[in-house]
Amino acid sequence: MTETLTRPPVNTPPPPRRPTKRRRRAVAEEPGKRWLIHVPLVVYLLFTLIPFYWMLVFAVRPTGSTQLVPWPMTLEHFDTVWNDIGFGIFFYNSVIIGLGVLVFVTILSTMGGYALARFKFRGQRVFLLALLCTQFIPGAMMLIPLFVIFKGAGLLNSLTGLVIAEVAFQLPLALILMSGFVRNISYELEEAAMVDGCSRMRAFFAVTLPQLKPALVAVGSFAFIGAWNQFLFALMFASRQDKFTLPVGLSYALGEFNTDFGALAAGGVVAAVPVVLVFAVVQRFLVQGLSAGAVKG
Amino acid sequence: MRTRTWAPYALIAPTLVLMGVFLIYPIGSVVYYSLQRYNVTQPWKNGFAGLDNFKQMLFDDPLFWQSLAFSAKWVFVEVGLQLLLGLILALVVNETFIGRGVARALVFSPWAVSGVLTTGIWILLLNPSTGIFQELSELGIGSPGTSVLGNPETVFDALVVTELWRGVPFFAILLLADLQSIPKDLYEAASVDGASRWRRFTSVTLPHLKDAIILSTLLRAVWEFNNVDLIYTLTGGGPANQTTTLPLYVARQAVDSHNFGYGSALTVAGFLILLFFSILYLRLSKFGSRA
Repeated sequence: MTETLTRPPVNTPPPPRRPTKRRRRAVAEEPGKRWLIHVPLVVYLLFTLIPFYWMLVFAVRPTGSTQLVPWPMTLEHFDTVWNDIGFGIFFYNSVIIGLGVLVFVTILSTMGGYALARFKFRGQRVFLLALLCTQFIPGAMMLIPLFVIFKGAGLLNSLTGLVIAEVAFQLPLALILMSGFVRNISYELEEAAMVDGCSRMRAFFAVTLPQLKPALVAVGSFAFIGAWNQFLFALMFASRQDKFTLPVGLSYALGEFNTDFGALAAGGVVAAVPVVLVFAVVQRFLVQGLSAGAVKG
Repeated sequence: MRTRTWAPYALIAPTLVLMGVFLIYPIGSVVYYSLQRYNVTQPWKNGFAGLDNFKQMLFDDPLFWQSLAFSAKWVFVEVGLQLLLGLILALVVNETFIGRGVARALVFSPWAVSGVLTTGIWILLLNPSTGIFQELSELGIGSPGTSVLGNPETVFDALVVTELWRGVPFFAILLLADLQSIPKDLYEAASVDGASRWRRFTSVTLPHLKDAIILSTLLRAVWEFNNVDLIYTLTGGGPANQTTTLPLYVARQAVDSHNFGYGSALTVAGFLILLFFSILYLRLSKFGSRA
């Protein structure tokens, strides 16, 4: 892109600017049909953004105000939820759980995905089938037995317990996705490294892992977002307020502060900002990664 | 290339352990509890119950049938609308236009938002005194003080729209990913042959998307069937159990009544129903066979 900004020497023809040209041609191709794209796009953007805007407005305008363009803004609601209601603690808990799940799901799914993609072993089909079957297990319906297990293991009211449960539930799908990503990376380079005397592990770290970077980003952020948003387990397995996560805190805010919309909105913003930012950054990798064939399994 | 090494087993061992303890063992114990009287608040009555829980469920519990019927309606409406809108959205953001990257990030963003947060946002948007219907009524559209969540006639529509807001991006992302894997020359060939835009859609795009559509609708149907957090926080299953799904009913048996035996029987029923319809769906849709 920067090349087009530098002035070309006098005698040489200007460098071809293909992207712009192609874009213009696409527009010019069927000029009457552009509304087919623009109208649904604008309608859908409004549907997506108005609810977000509503929350932002409620979060920054003073109590009692009904202005739709909130000015002057106030941070009083953020002060209330962060310090008085305890969203500061909930935020910390959610970050710990999110990062814990991210690390374990990424590492374990890479290990398992590599095993599925690069080895043929006895029991492989059964293992794959078991992974797929887990997708039909309703999380809500596992509450009862999991509660009994957690109580027996002393994992109630502990962040560790929530991380373990969430990792167990996310791992199967992450592993299937990861095996698709690994399969898409050529095995030849890795084999060549092994012929040259690398151990399999060394070959993996030197050759395959660097190429897996987009996949790691996609799977890791998937895991983080899922853990950040997990509600039922966190609600059931943590009854002490200092172990609440953001969704649990928010669900209590929905009931208790039903009239204090400012606090509810500010709490919502606190819960939304990290995931929406993470997602905005990684959604490109997600589409590219899935497009590379992982969808088909 | 079948190897006799221990390496693959070592690599999947942690996953196997986690799955065994937190997925497979619990399934077994749900089946076991479903045959027991097991109520935390009445421990002296606990014991083997045979099929009593299932008999009660099938013949003596109108709420089971009601919640099952609502679950079916919920899944059907949600998945159908999400697929339709998601497909349109994927086709739109697959086109070339200025600001496409930003537009994609924006329209996909509700996917990252939790069910509880979605509830919070839409309660703010739909509240009767300072919500969007109030603002619209000041512009002369509709009547002031409209409470769509408190009115039994509109609560279902409000619930559906709220879940659409969060659910459509899932389909849009998966279908967009699949759209991008369609070779460009297929479209060029179709254009050369004089195929219209609609014709190219029906004879190139749709057949290519078939497997992705089948898989994503199935995953989504299971997920919507099991969806608890949004309905639980937005309506709590009300008014008058009107919006109670089967998993919500189970969760209430577990959380409120502590009736683990009966709740487990409901779980087993839900699991079997889900499995049956999933297999039926994959069979009928001929998943994996290209048309």
